[in-house]
Amino acid sequence: MAPSGPLLDVRDLHVHFGTKEVVSGASFTIAPGEKLALVGESGSGKTITALSLLRLAGDARVSGQALLRGRDLLALSEREMRGVRGGEIAMVFQEPMTALNPLMTIGQQIAEILQLKKGLTGAQCAQAAIELLAKTGIPEPARRANSFPHQLSGGQRQRAMIAMALASEPQLLLADEPTTALDVTLRGQILDLLSDLQRQTGMAVLLITHDLNLVRRFADRVAVMEQGVLVEQGAVAEVFGAPQHAYTRKLMQSQPQRDVTEIAPAPGTPPVLQASDLRVVYPTPLPGLRGWFKKGEFVAVQGASLALLPGRTLGVVGESGSGKSTLAQAILGLLPFGGSLQVAGQGWQAPAMRNSPANQQLRRKVQVVFQDPFSSLSPRLTVEEIVGEGMRVHEPTLSVAERRTRVEAALAEVGLAEAQFPGLLARYPHEFSGGQRQRLAIARALIVQPQLLVLDEPTSALDVTIQQQVLKLLQRLQKEKGLSYLLITHDVQVIRAMAHEVLVMKDGNVLESGPVGQVLDAPQHPYTQRLVESAGLD
Amino acid sequence: MPVAPPAASTAPVSLSPSRRAWLRFKRNRLGLWSLVIFCVLVVISLAAELVSNDRPLIVRYEGQTYFPMLQTYPEKTFGGDFETPTDYLDPFIQQRLSAGSNWALYTLIPYGPTTLNYFAKEPNPSAPTRDNWMGTDDRGRDMVAQLLYGFRVSVLFGLALTFIGTVLGIITGAIQGFFGGKTDLAFQRFIEIWGSMPELYLLIIFSALFSPSISLLLILLSLFGWMGLSDYVRAEFLRNRQLDYVKAARALGVSNAQIIWRHILPNSLTPVVTFLPFRMSAAILSLTALDFLGLGVPPGTPSLGELLSQGKNNIDAWWISLSTFAVLVITLLLLTFMGDALRDALDPRKADK
Repeated sequence: MAPSGPLLDVRDLHVHFGTKEVVSGASFTIAPGEKLALVGESGSGKTITALSLLRLAGDARVSGQALLRGRDLLALSEREMRGVRGGEIAMVFQEPMTALNPLMTIGQQIAEILQLKKGLTGAQCAQAAIELLAKTGIPEPARRANSFPHQLSGGQRQRAMIAMALASEPQLLLADEPTTALDVTLRGQILDLLSDLQRQTGMAVLLITHDLNLVRRFADRVAVMEQGVLVEQGAVAEVFGAPQHAYTRKLMQSQPQRDVTEIAPAPGTPPVLQASDLRVVYPTPLPGLRGWFKKGEFVAVQGASLALLPGRTLGVVGESGSGKSTLAQAILGLLPFGGSLQVAGQGWQAPAMRNSPANQQLRRKVQVVFQDPFSSLSPRLTVEEIVGEGMRVHEPTLSVAERRTRVEAALAEVGLAEAQFPGLLARYPHEFSGGQRQRLAIARALIVQPQLLVLDEPTSALDVTIQQQVLKLLQRLQKEKGLSYLLITHDVQVIRAMAHEVLVMKDGNVLESGPVGQVLDAPQHPYTQRLVESAGLD
Repeated sequence: MPVAPPAASTAPVSLSPSRRAWLRFKRNRLGLWSLVIFCVLVVISLAAELVSNDRPLIVRYEGQTYFPMLQTYPEKTFGGDFETPTDYLDPFIQQRLSAGSNWALYTLIPYGPTTLNYFAKEPNPSAPTRDNWMGTDDRGRDMVAQLLYGFRVSVLFGLALTFIGTVLGIITGAIQGFFGGKTDLAFQRFIEIWGSMPELYLLIIFSALFSPSISLLLILLSLFGWMGLSDYVRAEFLRNRQLDYVKAARALGVSNAQIIWRHILPNSLTPVVTFLPFRMSAAILSLTALDFLGLGVPPGTPSLGELLSQGKNNIDAWWISLSTFAVLVITLLLLTFMGDALRDALDPRKADK
């Protein structure tokens, strides 16, 4: 603790939603100029802790004490509280697109704070706003100040948010997952920016995150939260070096582990998936009268060539908008494409979207698991209907009882059994957690016994501990069934744990490809180098 | 290869989404009671012949049992002078039926929807009396009977119009939203043209060409009633068709018809169900308005709109306008309360408590 006493002293903080306690007895301190990281999985109560410090937690009941330089934030009047918010304590949110007002330029939004908190005049504000933007490293700050949020890139928006937060020279900055919505290569930059600004201004930072790599890079101290309870806190090196609590150890061990067959298939084995010079374009509307008669083209993927052998995993890594999901949909035959593509030695009969008998046969061989387990299962179908869908389509002659046997077998393979979930088959998706839903999605794909599974960011929406379980399941299934995976992800760690070959994509182009060790350990392309570097692997 | 088993679920029961919505609906007392009262009223009005009829249920006359509701008996049967059908409101017949061991079981209200009481003691329209609890209209027909049958016509018409409009709206909305692109574009332009047709003029023209009837009215109103809903269904389909579970179904090779029927449609029905009560009250109101203008049901059909128009013409006869107004307000209020409760029950943002 700093000699001048803590900046913020939170004592026995409780937060209730109705009868449910979401934060139970959290106590921690932040010294002036200290960087504290609050770590936990989704639903652990870390965001609500930060929001209740500003009394922004909606209709939650908050009790306990939060002393900011001896003043109890939880006992202040609403009027005094408004002075604290954005004044002594500022906040940076996860999703800058929704946190910024879409109808005001970012210059105006920063100026508003300067006017409110510092009483500057209009002209002074505009000038100060530009200076603040310059400080956050936005190029051409004078021009950018007149931009609306949608005209900025994701990284620039987050920089603008940080400029807004810094406008009032806060003593404490609450940063709620400030990098989660950003692409990997941007994350490092934003984090470095926060570090720099923290050093310059001497403010304290409370970083809320689920990403242990960020904590390692950024924080002085760390507090670990599990289901509303602070289970452990201390200096980062101490906690990470010798975690005391079981949950901290579990979090630490949740880094994806590599456990795949490394033996290459015999030479000459026909590939499960082979594509050369694959090209996918989307029509875009053209402006003016021309748009009535012609459509423009947006090239989502071009010149993609790849080959995947049985029992192997091809990782496709890239940022959002790099065309990796489009590539997956083309391989699944859900989009029209150019170039040649062979799945199990057979090409899609054009048009690929039509369910002709030849295409139906192919659909059995290639299946898909999507990123978001909440939108990938229809909320109005039961588990039996969801998983049994493939049987209804491909083996319509099966009796109800036979189909049920197959569904149960597929569920057993992904580790879901009647024993844990009484009435499993009649349940609806909303009763399952994210990881369990992802298992259901895998079971739905497995029931038709495919050779190739397209995994589109299969673990990105999951917490680290669940992510590890799902990856283990996928690794086991690959070993047992000789499945081939086309693994699409932005997460270099997942690639490292799962893939044999890697394809790096950016803006629809394949930048680099090769065996996983070669690409990740000795990246040739500058973009790949940046990607690997920002993944924070030591 | 050991894989940590997912944590076991504690919830013992599994409720379908529609069942959970029903439970949420039940928690809204106002909505639930509105539904109960509305259903009771509809059931009573469906059995209106047993409640309000100018023929008795059973007649016991000189040792023989008659069922006037099932069969028309000439007046001579009960000692009258003519072969004409018996008028059971005739004091002479009533006296014959109650003489000696004869008896007759009348319905609660001894008037039918079109019954004119030729033996009424008061001039028409008559204020509420012991014979006519809510008075009579300007033709001497009993108001209670009029309201009961008028309510039935309104509700049945509203149900039919809502049903047809909803089915048409879902089909057109589903086609536009699912196929999108050029189909959507063409359909949207058609809807714009169709929607700009002057509905009321068409009704006036058609009521001049054809003899007015409820089925004609139903067809004409249905032709224009589906457009509002189709926009909502289209929007839902546009949103749902690009969700991952639809993509997964496509990857499995599920046919378009099956994707629409099994996957998208059940998840797109929220606006449809939410709008049902409101559509129904709109349908009842439009029938009433057309009747009021004289463009609606053929003359002689009991109708709330026609009663309102009578009330306007006979301002002094407060019992006509007030009672009709009350029936309309209660009907529309019940439907609105049900609609509100339904909307809350289907609101995805409201969690189960």
